[in-house]
Amino acid sequence: MRQIFETVENFLRGLARAQFFLGSTVVAIPAALMRPRLLMQQIYSVGVLSLVITVISGMFIGMVLGLQGYRTLVGFGAETSLGTFVALVTVRELGPVVTALLFAGRAGSALTAEIGLMRATDQLSAMEMMAVDPIQRVIAPRFIAGCLSLPLLAAIFCVMAIGISGGHLIGVELLGVDAGSYWTQIQGAVQFDDIWNGVVKSSVFAVVVSWIAVYQGYHAAPNSEGVSRATRNTVVTSSLAILALDFVLTAFMFRGF
Amino acid sequence: MQSRALELLVGFFFSLGVAAIFILTFRVASLDSAGADNSYRVIALFENIGGLRSGASVTIAGVRVGRVRDIVIDPTTFQARASLELGMEYNNIPKDSSAKILTAGVLGEKYIGLEPGGDEAVLKDGDRIIHTQSAVVLENIIGQFLANKASDSKKE
Repeated sequence: MRQIFETVENFLRGLARAQFFLGSTVVAIPAALMRPRLLMQQIYSVGVLSLVITVISGMFIGMVLGLQGYRTLVGFGAETSLGTFVALVTVRELGPVVTALLFAGRAGSALTAEIGLMRATDQLSAMEMMAVDPIQRVIAPRFIAGCLSLPLLAAIFCVMAIGISGGHLIGVELLGVDAGSYWTQIQGAVQFDDIWNGVVKSSVFAVVVSWIAVYQGYHAAPNSEGVSRATRNTVVTSSLAILALDFVLTAFMFRGF
Repeated sequence: MQSRALELLVGFFFSLGVAAIFILTFRVASLDSAGADNSYRVIALFENIGGLRSGASVTIAGVRVGRVRDIVIDPTTFQARASLELGMEYNNIPKDSSAKILTAGVLGEKYIGLEPGGDEAVLKDGDRIIHTQSAVVLENIIGQFLANKASDSKKE
């Protein structure tokens, strides 16, 4: 009984601390924007280095959607609707969600481990000693970099999955769906709202994943076990948060349908 | 990492991402749904829309000239009130044109076909298309067919 209380209490305290932490990070954002050099470095390590995994998984997911969609649709003689299927599934759901999951695994865990190791090796305390605010110098640039990079990565993922190689390669080049009807079906079915909702979704995921990653790193126990636990927590918590938030956002955005 | 190479890569990444968003907006989403400036709206009342959905295309002679913006129930007549968004380049459609709800293929998607009339006056923003023909509902046709059969067999 007492243990349950303690767990709940720890959870609530962690939540409160995380919110306070988010607040102080947001406050530090203008100061961090004054140092474009640091920000650039972080966008490179968070965004540019995640580009390859995003492009490749986008291509493969598009190809799988093309194959599966074709096999199902051809039974109804509706294989010309393949474009609609691939485009809507990618833009509305898979693009933002899969990119965010990959991002949490590729960039979020790296952020946590880096900040956690800084904590464990007392680099953060050393900064505080020198009157350098670690939130301004270390946390805020990483947070901004994550928030900026993920929506762009999600857009690149969608283009890869629908166009260049994914659905287009399998559907049009391999299975012989007419290229013209593939694209007109897509243009007829996808509205600007769909794209916009996708961008909103991936922006929300970006804030949440970056927040969890920097929070877990900053509050990691300063030893090797603590860093490993924080990294694991980042991946588990952000994956669950992405999936749960995706449901909530979808319920809000598409309730009329 | 050299500062120049770093900036180059980050710039490349950003332009790639922005280009991707542009491609999604202009190549994947239909262009005319984004720009409300170069289109005008007319209203059409139908007895039965039979599966017409917002976003369906509006055509003249089979050529797409616009799309259905939304469909609501008219509060007084209880007819379906569809507002059609037509491209500004088609601003010379006669006022007495008629609108029909048609089906692509046997069980395909519903769309609206406009048939131009002979009036000198043209449709303007906010106008109403008077002559409309509702969707063909399969159940009604079958019902009529059965009723005809029944009356035929009674005569004999």
